[in-house]
Amino acid sequence: MSRLTGYIAALLLAVALSATLSAQRPTTIAAAANLNFALTEIAKQFKAERGTQVDVVFGASGTLARQIQDGAPFELFLAADEEFPNQLTKAGLTRDAGVVYATGRLVIFAPNGSPLTVDERLDGLALAIKSGKAGRFAIANPDVAPYGKAAESVLRKRGLWDAIRPQLVLGDTIAQAAQFATTGNAIGGLVAYSLVLGPGFAERGKYALIPESDHQPLRQRMVLLKRAGATATQFYTYLQGQTAKAILRKHGYGVPQ
Amino acid sequence: MDWTALRVSLWLGAGTIAILLPFGIWFGRLLAVHQFRGKVLIEALVTVPLVLPPTVLGFYLLVMFGARSPLGQAFQSLVGQTLPFSFEGLLLASAIANIPFVVQPIQRGFEAIPSDVRDAAACCGLTPWQRFARIEVPLAWPGILTAAILTFAHTLGEFGVVLMVGGNLPGETRTLSVAIYDRMQAFDDRSAGVMAATLLAIAVVTLMLTTTLSRRVGLRRG
Repeated sequence: MSRLTGYIAALLLAVALSATLSAQRPTTIAAAANLNFALTEIAKQFKAERGTQVDVVFGASGTLARQIQDGAPFELFLAADEEFPNQLTKAGLTRDAGVVYATGRLVIFAPNGSPLTVDERLDGLALAIKSGKAGRFAIANPDVAPYGKAAESVLRKRGLWDAIRPQLVLGDTIAQAAQFATTGNAIGGLVAYSLVLGPGFAERGKYALIPESDHQPLRQRMVLLKRAGATATQFYTYLQGQTAKAILRKHGYGVPQ
Repeated sequence: MDWTALRVSLWLGAGTIAILLPFGIWFGRLLAVHQFRGKVLIEALVTVPLVLPPTVLGFYLLVMFGARSPLGQAFQSLVGQTLPFSFEGLLLASAIANIPFVVQPIQRGFEAIPSDVRDAAACCGLTPWQRFARIEVPLAWPGILTAAILTFAHTLGEFGVVLMVGGNLPGETRTLSVAIYDRMQAFDDRSAGVMAATLLAIAVVTLMLTTTLSRRVGLRRG
């Protein structure tokens, strides 16, 4: 057995050594999946103007927050709500409380050929449920994705939650929910406006904007994490500048004045 | 095609083999040659990663080595980075997940060597080390090679544990299998398709290699 112990010790030493050597890594930021198109464009613009690159990892806000608490090496976190960034601030992992950088919107989307008609009051969805024609309906997982939570409150407000629950398919992220809703695997879904405005979506189906008053506002907050370096800090400032705001607006977000 | 992700996948596969093969040869031979109390339990423990969902391994790794555990904090203060969400952490997870893939074929390889061959070698005056290096390893070679190929293929196909403890970091923990998922979520079906086809091709070639090898072992036994 002593040979095994020696082997394990040597392994751990090698791991520790190589981890020290590879400490130099590019600036990586974590972003909510609804930002997929908008943030990719902003990062590209940032690189063109400043010559520095940031790597963006997209995921559900809740998943990313958990990863940050477990030690993931992100320097900036752009969430889809305020709750997850605030949790990190309370845990002492952020530089400060951060800022709200955008407000998101929900849409109801129906792919071409779906029996669902879309409208802002979800009357078409209610009709589809009543007639028993409703197939699968996609939203993001409310536990980890703020857009899923917003979708849940819209469905509750319209009194459809209990009826539609057995039909729901939950995406890990709002992007996956949009995937389900657009590829014809569901009759439709409640997804992020910013994704529907993305390339190639217009010809895939129809959508209607949900009134903001129907759910908790999707105020999206970003926070710099304790480990943030110069590039991440610059990007944080850049996101609050006019260029970034214009891109966010183009992708359907409301931006702070 | 995400070449960085392919590179991460290939390094992970090669690294896992480099870590596991010496262990597998030592441990597989031990299990093949020696009879001892509790061997059934040991064999079961070695096989456990085969039937456990990757999320169980991911859960334990995060809880044990995450930034909120004492062990993880100690590691972090030592090297400045937690084990999860790093290539090294992935390598560790992958090594654990692949133990059955490396131990079992090697154990079968050594078991296939008749004991009179071993005795004859001893009679010829070869030292235990010479017997091992000149007689046993060459005879068990197909098993060892199968172990290496299976480990490599399985590492390339690993998804759940990579997503859980790796966190999809480009150039660090985003393997090809995770990159496919990532591209799907970015509505980039074309890249996802190219990468899926690449993995499919690698998997088919790998399995063809292992089948050929195991057939050779079977012939020798018969």
